[in-house]
Amino acid sequence: MIKGNFIDNLPKVYGIYTGGFLGFIIIMSIAEQMGMTAKTIGICFVAFTVAIYAIIGYLSRTAQADAYYVAGRQVPTVFNGMATAADWMSGASFVAMAGGIYFKGYGYMALLVGWTGGYVLVASLLAPYLRKFGCYTVPDFIGTRYGGNLSRFMAVVVLTVASFTYVTAQINATGTIASVALDIPFQYAVYVGLISILLCSMLGGMRGVTWTQVAQYIVLIIAYLLPVFWISNKMGAGFFPHFMLADEVSRIAELEAQFGFVKNTAENLKEVPKGLAGITKAHSAVNATPWAFISLALAMMMGTASLPHVMMRYFTTPSVKAARKSVGWSLFFIFLLYSSAPMLATLSKLSLIDPSLPTGIIGKSITDVQAIDWYQNWNQANLMFVSDFNGNGTLELNEFFMGGKAVVLATPEIAGLPYVISGLVAAGGMAAAMSTADGLILAIANAISHDVYYKIIDPKAETAKRLVVARVLLVVIGFAGATIAALEIQGILGSVIWAFDFAMSGLFFPLVLGVWWKRANKEGAIAGMALGLVSGAAYLVWVRTGGSGFLGITQLTFGIFGSAVSLVAMVVVSLMTSEPSAATQRMVDEVRVPAGRSIIGKQ
Amino acid sequence: MSKQEQHWEKSKGLLMMTLAIWFVFSIGIFLFGAEMNEVTGPFGYPLTYWFTCQGSLGIFVILIFWFANRQEKIDEEFGFSERGDD
Repeated sequence: MIKGNFIDNLPKVYGIYTGGFLGFIIIMSIAEQMGMTAKTIGICFVAFTVAIYAIIGYLSRTAQADAYYVAGRQVPTVFNGMATAADWMSGASFVAMAGGIYFKGYGYMALLVGWTGGYVLVASLLAPYLRKFGCYTVPDFIGTRYGGNLSRFMAVVVLTVASFTYVTAQINATGTIASVALDIPFQYAVYVGLISILLCSMLGGMRGVTWTQVAQYIVLIIAYLLPVFWISNKMGAGFFPHFMLADEVSRIAELEAQFGFVKNTAENLKEVPKGLAGITKAHSAVNATPWAFISLALAMMMGTASLPHVMMRYFTTPSVKAARKSVGWSLFFIFLLYSSAPMLATLSKLSLIDPSLPTGIIGKSITDVQAIDWYQNWNQANLMFVSDFNGNGTLELNEFFMGGKAVVLATPEIAGLPYVISGLVAAGGMAAAMSTADGLILAIANAISHDVYYKIIDPKAETAKRLVVARVLLVVIGFAGATIAALEIQGILGSVIWAFDFAMSGLFFPLVLGVWWKRANKEGAIAGMALGLVSGAAYLVWVRTGGSGFLGITQLTFGIFGSAVSLVAMVVVSLMTSEPSAATQRMVDEVRVPAGRSIIGKQ
Repeated sequence: MSKQEQHWEKSKGLLMMTLAIWFVFSIGIFLFGAEMNEVTGPFGYPLTYWFTCQGSLGIFVILIFWFANRQEKIDEEFGFSERGDD
């Protein structure tokens, strides 16, 4: 029912879906006018969208290995681009990115440059060649290119460390959103989130995840762009914010100069609830050293090119040519959201700090601010706080604190948009977190089921048995992630950035040199993966436990050190040991040519 | 040189060019972030700020499509392109 015909009808199917979703938004806004409560609207949005994903997941069920692992290798370029964009943009991108820009300015923008620039490396160095290889998973490439179970196993280890770091943050994000929208305690909401995630991937594997990710992308991009355009128009800042906010940006700089960045005393800051921050950095001025900016961008770029859940999306395209184009489309769809985040940060900041705007609160009397409805709501949600440190009765810039999430979550309400937009934003955040979690859990489960179970433990296993193992692993890994997420150990963004550093420490050079350096051999690759991962992790532990670090490499960029060690180890060990066999060298030659059969062939 | 070696030489050349452009807009310009930000860039934004919001990001999108097209041409030239469409 869904095969063949379905692929040809994709634009129509998703066109109807998008129309249906827009219709749903309109119905909800009418219902709001008729008196539906904010809480019911939130529940409707999250429940409706999750139900749709579950239906898509069910319709995509499969019993074939090819469909389960690589969606039958028939996903068209543009749709694979959308799926990758959803796979890529996490709950953190959706909820926290605009907040990061709002508070940290230029220093944070390195992440935007890094998370997009990395795709140039994906397109030019890796994706088309790995697609030609015809592998099911990233460790499958390492294991076949270098040979031997140990290299394959090491790749699984690196993949698991990096992806697992990442996935707990995503399950945490689905739990946060589910707990707010459905009004249930976080410990239960985490498992509600997990079950929603598993509904998309259990039955259909990569095929199910692909088609739900496309649906999730559509929801998340509408949920991000609609408020940005609406707020910009409502504030009179310009009908197309991306091209028209220059005045607003310079007005913020002007206000910053006028107010000044007053430093609060430690004693005053004790009053401020945990997790909230004040505006202490310039909005558009360069406030980081070149190396701080470049090292963070570089780490994110190399990390992007090493993260297996992104790479494996390009295994699903029909051809090598399509894989290359598909990377371009992925970045285009990511660009739509990333280029909007700074605009939202600008609008949000200006609407709060400009005394000449009706929404501006700086310069007003503290008691007036404390009486505002939206202030009370977000203060209760622990995302906003004001206090009269200097006792003059007026709110100063350094006396206003906000949580990073509030930029996305609260700005619509501050600008006076209807509640239906807040429901939409919740659905968008849920879609972003779910789609990334799905991709990550699937990457780990597939690597363990295909590379460890099928390739190393039981190469004679039948397809049905392999897929049972894959599904059991999916559930086990999901529950492990949810259990750790329920403990709430670290903040969402910290762990996301670590995942990039772990991935680049262990996988970047073994992957790239596997294609671009014929002389790279098994011993070199094993040394590169093992020493890269271990030295990166050791550096992280050292800096976290009070180490001073060197060369300005911080706990956010430890992958630079790890990957440098990995490169040196790989080159030195490769050159000290014998060159790869003639068969392996022929294989590398074949990988470099798009035409002809894939290296691994049908498995 | 065999056909395959020539194809690979050309592909490597394209890679180098792609990485050079990538380097300029992801790393090179940010060596001079503070100086460049004094200049007014497109749409009236400070120049470095504009690059971090839109410029570099957009250039990467265009760069990937340009790279994909050039690589396809190289593959076709040597008869290495795949049959069928995408």
